[in-house]
Amino acid sequence: MKSLKELEEIRNRAMSRVNMRHDRDTGTRIVVGMATCGIAAGARPVLNAFVEEVQKRGLSDVVVSQTGCIGVCRLEPMAEVYTPGNEKVTYVKLTADMVPNIINQHIVNGQPVIEQTIGYYEEHNK
Amino acid sequence: MNFYRSHVLVCGGTGCTSSGSAQIIEEFNKQIQAAGLEKEVQVVRTGCFGLCELGPVVIVYPEGSFYSRVKVEDVAEITTEHLLKGRIVRRLLYSESVVDENTIKSLDNVDFYKKQERVALRNCGVIDPENIEEYIAFDGYKALGTVLTEKTPQEVIDTIKASGLRGRGGAGFPTGLKWQFASGYQDDQKYVLCNADEGDPGAFMDRSILEGDPHVVIEAMAIAGYAIGATQGYIYVRAEYPIAVHRLEVAIGQAREYGMLGKNIFGSGFDFDLEIRLGAGAFVCGEETALMRSVEGKRGEPTPRPPFPAEKGLFAKPSVLNNVETYANVPRIILNGPEWFSAMGTEKSKGTKVFALGGKINNTGLVEVPMGTTLREIIYEIGGGIPNGKKFKAAQTGGPSGGCIPAEHLDTPIDYDNLMAIGSMMGSGGLIVMDEDNCMVDIARFFLDFIVDESCGKCTPCRVGTKKMMEILDRIVAGKGEEGDIERLEELGNEIKATALCGLGQTAPNPVLSTIHYFRDEYEAHIKEKRCPAGHCRSLLSYKIDPEKCKGCSLCARNCPADAISGTVGKPYSIDTTKCIKCGACESACKFSAISKS
Repeated sequence: MKSLKELEEIRNRAMSRVNMRHDRDTGTRIVVGMATCGIAAGARPVLNAFVEEVQKRGLSDVVVSQTGCIGVCRLEPMAEVYTPGNEKVTYVKLTADMVPNIINQHIVNGQPVIEQTIGYYEEHNK
Repeated sequence: MNFYRSHVLVCGGTGCTSSGSAQIIEEFNKQIQAAGLEKEVQVVRTGCFGLCELGPVVIVYPEGSFYSRVKVEDVAEITTEHLLKGRIVRRLLYSESVVDENTIKSLDNVDFYKKQERVALRNCGVIDPENIEEYIAFDGYKALGTVLTEKTPQEVIDTIKASGLRGRGGAGFPTGLKWQFASGYQDDQKYVLCNADEGDPGAFMDRSILEGDPHVVIEAMAIAGYAIGATQGYIYVRAEYPIAVHRLEVAIGQAREYGMLGKNIFGSGFDFDLEIRLGAGAFVCGEETALMRSVEGKRGEPTPRPPFPAEKGLFAKPSVLNNVETYANVPRIILNGPEWFSAMGTEKSKGTKVFALGGKINNTGLVEVPMGTTLREIIYEIGGGIPNGKKFKAAQTGGPSGGCIPAEHLDTPIDYDNLMAIGSMMGSGGLIVMDEDNCMVDIARFFLDFIVDESCGKCTPCRVGTKKMMEILDRIVAGKGEEGDIERLEELGNEIKATALCGLGQTAPNPVLSTIHYFRDEYEAHIKEKRCPAGHCRSLLSYKIDPEKCKGCSLCARNCPADAISGTVGKPYSIDTTKCIKCGACESACKFSAISKS
């Protein structure tokens, strides 16, 4: 390696991989329901998609973790997004291919993907 | 490239390894594979987290769950419950971090870590020390790159001077000044050395840094080389640290591979390379000049100073020798600026200090606190106090070169000058806590014994003087102390301090002198009354059978290896103190607590 710029590139590449090793009380949390209901409904690929997208984009202030049964088992796979200063947003009936859009529109640009939230789903699927 | 959703950090320091963390890592790999999670969960072996009392330690991110005293048998449960199903295994959590059913405190807020400021230990327990890219991820080698491309050597020296960094090996000499001196002497070859000998009994600060973050030392030595004009460095590690040696070897290899060591680093024209030299078990080789003689292939014996190593050091060339912990602070000072460092600590002692907490304390392990933190905070808040409800008696800092600090000085803010003022010294960071059951005379004897063993023998004050002091102390704890012994110890001690050739001899009398200063009454009890107030020194103990409690069962007499107990069954027995060898077998055997010692 010959230059500070090359060092910076290695740093950025490596940082996204080790970034989660810090305790943090601030920033965004994405919690994916991974109880038996969630896993059976296919939450694992969704969880992995979130992790991959966050790391690929180098979003250092976002933590993706798993939780148990959120309660509304028929709507799994579910994910709850907590962004600082906002109310929690609950996404339902997720698939892995919906994740990049959620990250882009909600996490990066601050606009929840309304059509995929629990409120919208319940309204439109009575 | 694989994107792991969870990292399982397992401590791979010497402490946890000896408690089986290597087997735990193996078991995790096995269980994770069996659960099909190997693409999602990464197991990382890191360095020391500091809470050694609770090892083996496993931390799972992103949740930050701190699992303590983990056994190999627990791994299956952690894998299926936590990694697979997201349910934290509460029974294994560090109890201090559990607030209630639903809340777990972040590690930064538990008593052990709350008052700590991890600067030198920054990466320990966070990164895999055998992966240079993880070091780079946390700003590794950025300081070196900045220094080589944007600063002159003098600017680097000025930065270190401005920070107020003082040597962490014990003497506390201003690091920037040392580098300035070496930079001022011209020669065809200069050297940078790292003192990783860490000979103080009970000290393991340097070991943890070398095992957990070896690259920080490599980077700092390269920076030092640039600052003083040296192209070659040596790390002198004690051979009793095999894990540290291995991690260093791997790290040096990777640093060379990535171009951080070798020729024309960062294209700046600066060359620097490092080699490891192993110690061979001599405490005296931690002394600056003796260390250099050892690297040169000679017997490790100190040589008089002046000339100081900055002028004529290794192979008679200008050299800088610094301690591992001193180096561990350097890259951060370059990156964050000297004002950041000098904002921590006291007026004359800037920054933080790593302490190895041991002895009679609940949270044994490694702590790093800003200078100025009081002893009381370290022992009672961070250390969790004295176990079994015993009373604090004294804390020993500085190992065999240091002194004891009694309860009256517990509120002293710790820094180089304050500790010297109360008769001790900072030393390398070993902090041994003693309670009411420790005998201060015996503690002094223990450290002196170590010194007598380790004296190189070159100068008479140390070679003969410490032995003479030892003979007096041996007599005292054996119950043969004489009037005048304390004065003899004081006289000898002061003479040795004034006349010994090197730091080992000059500081050898400190434990004796400081215990006499603060605990003279214990010495007098040993000598005049032939009594050990703490009930520790065997030869001064006498065992007695309480006739009110004794049932005459004869169990004690049957257990006595010296046939010192006699009596008739049914009536109280008695001990013949002239035959008694004070082994304590009778006390352990008695079912009626009728035997006591005093």
